[in-house]
Amino acid sequence: MAGKTLYDKLWDDHLVTQRDDGSALIYIDRHLLHEVTSPQAFEGLRLANRKPWRLDANLATPDHNVPTTDRDKGIDGIEDPVSRIQVETLGENCEEFGILEFELMDQRQGIVHVIGPEQGAILPGMTVVCGDSHTSTHGAFGILAHGIGTSEVEHVLATQCLVQKKMKNMLVRINGNPGPGVTAKDLVLAVIGEIGTAGGSGYAIEFGGDAIRGLSMEGRMTVCNMAIEAGARVGMVAVDDTTIDYVKGRPFAPTAAQWEQAVAYWRTLHSDADAVFDKVVDIDATAIKPQVTWGTSPEMVAGVDGLVPDPADESDPIKREGIERALKYMGLTANMPITDIKLDRVFIGSCTNSRIEDLREAAAVVKGRKVAATVKQAMVVPGSGLVKAQAESEGLDKIFVEAGLEWRDPGCSMCLAMNADKLGQGEHCASTSNRNFEGRQGFGGRTHLVSPAMAAAAAVTGHFVDVRELTH
Amino acid sequence: MRAFTQHTGIVAPMDRSNVDTDMIIPKQFLKSIKRTGFGPNLFDELRYLDEGKPDQDASQRPLNPDFVLNQERYRTASVLLARSNFGCGSSREHAPWALDDFGFRVIIAPSFADIFYNNCFKNGLLPIVLAENIVDQLFQEVEAEDGYQLTVDLLAQTVTTPSGAVFSFEVDGFRRHCLLNGLDDIGVTLEDADRIRAYEEQRRQTAPWLFNTLS
Ligand code: SF4
Repeated sequence: MAGKTLYDKLWDDHLVTQRDDGSALIYIDRHLLHEVTSPQAFEGLRLANRKPWRLDANLATPDHNVPTTDRDKGIDGIEDPVSRIQVETLGENCEEFGILEFELMDQRQGIVHVIGPEQGAILPGMTVVCGDSHTSTHGAFGILAHGIGTSEVEHVLATQCLVQKKMKNMLVRINGNPGPGVTAKDLVLAVIGEIGTAGGSGYAIEFGGDAIRGLSMEGRMTVCNMAIEAGARVGMVAVDDTTIDYVKGRPFAPTAAQWEQAVAYWRTLHSDADAVFDKVVDIDATAIKPQVTWGTSPEMVAGVDGLVPDPADESDPIKREGIERALKYMGLTANMPITDIKLDRVFIGSCTNSRIEDLREAAAVVKGRKVAATVKQAMVVPGSGLVKAQAESEGLDKIFVEAGLEWRDPGCSMCLAMNADKLGQGEHCASTSNRNFEGRQGFGGRTHLVSPAMAAAAAVTGHFVDVRELTH
Repeated sequence: MRAFTQHTGIVAPMDRSNVDTDMIIPKQFLKSIKRTGFGPNLFDELRYLDEGKPDQDASQRPLNPDFVLNQERYRTASVLLARSNFGCGSSREHAPWALDDFGFRVIIAPSFADIFYNNCFKNGLLPIVLAENIVDQLFQEVEAEDGYQLTVDLLAQTVTTPSGAVFSFEVDGFRRHCLLNGLDDIGVTLEDADRIRAYEEQRRQTAPWLFNTLS
């Protein structure tokens, strides 16, 4: 019999019961909640007179709607009454049902996918779900993690389980080591460019290869975060020393004898050498350049030294129309160099790139430079209150502010513009987030996805530039 | 949940691939704490010429005449014909809520994004995967014929065209069962409560750290 993949192992260890019709009941170890996708689920529990199955499996925080300025005003700082109700509703629901919440004024508050790992509430070998598609982030720890809809949020609250069908196994191997200036974000954008936004549909992707092994946990989270942009609900990386070192000593991590027991188990969380994958994709890391998306889907991506594509070169009529529509929306012309794209705003943040290493990377580029006069606004939004405090203790906030960037309070912010931070119509934004869909960052806004270093380089030059020209 | 057995309705063609959930229902409408009322804002940015805001009277807004659902012949559509990877992006269940609230009961496409596909079933909405060439053919037929309707039978797992052509589709057994009977799947899962407890008991022995309390 062939060996097991990491996904097979995680699946088997969480299987409560396999049903005759092919579906299975899978046990959920950790459930993260935020204000946008949970109110209707709590309401459903109340209407059916149900209680949460296991309170201590849940952890909540508000992030999508929270303001990134004037945090000291607390909930009163949320000017939009509809947003405020949503944040308040989360608080009331957590209080009523007895769920731990990092509230707005708690230093541990932040983007749900940043705070879980930061606290050690996310541990290798778990199953983790959240009413948010970027839950794939947690797969970086050798975890089966994926986004769910609100009905499933209610289902997990009520039963601690999900009805699932097993996915297929895909291995994305990124071979060799990327050159300097090429980050985790560039790797994952290149993968999406290669396999497309539906390439991972129906699969659980395991990321492997030297380039992944060489990444820090934060880099691996960036990669797994965007698995969903390749169509895969699940992205994963095998456990190794990097994983275990990261978890050690975090507030909710096990200690003493439990720690030893846990580590022994975690060390088994990798695909066996003879495991069989339904699909394997090999990618050469040494050929990857800093990436920039030019279109309205994350697969519409090019190296910074490349050109905006010409729809005339595309033979598939549906794809050609897609490119034409994207160029029109983005206000770009075929064959123009990526480096000719000028930016109105720059956003450094989101669950993809708002951790301390991301901020260090961006600060290193802007240090001693100034935001270009043509850029209306450049902002840095740390992923959590603790990331913010860490950055301030390293003096990164001063570097940003001296360079002319705004230093904000933690939250999702301009990643999806549910709070006050958004793009104006037609504005181009260099953004470290994960989605460049039409209108994502504001009505008529034009998003270009890049790494923190590339966003920082764009901020100080006013257009895209190969960050390696500034740093080497 | 509303049961689904058979449905016949007007078909609207949405001729673009990779339609994402931000497009189906933009984020400003996600601030609601209710499940209903999203219909007027379905495809908001494509449907209206101005920027949509929550709690606004949509009937007063300027419509984009080019958008398919604004054309007279498609206004009462209940079957959406779409292209590949429909529903990609965010996990927001507001997307199926908005489609449902508008009046859609069935979505037909060559492929769907996983989370969206799953969310549809939880809301009595049936997503149907048909081969690319069949979807192409349906697009041509819809555009050629005013009032074009399809009949979908979940029991027989078939889609029937006005000319009598029949296409079968696959659907997972459990989902089909729940949808046909309008079952609340939390209730179904809780029938296995003993199994869940037994699993927890065994897991507590082998991996006790998973049950530590958060505080
Ligand atoms: S940062 Fe963006 S992608 Fe991440 S959870 Fe928040 S809104 Fe979603």
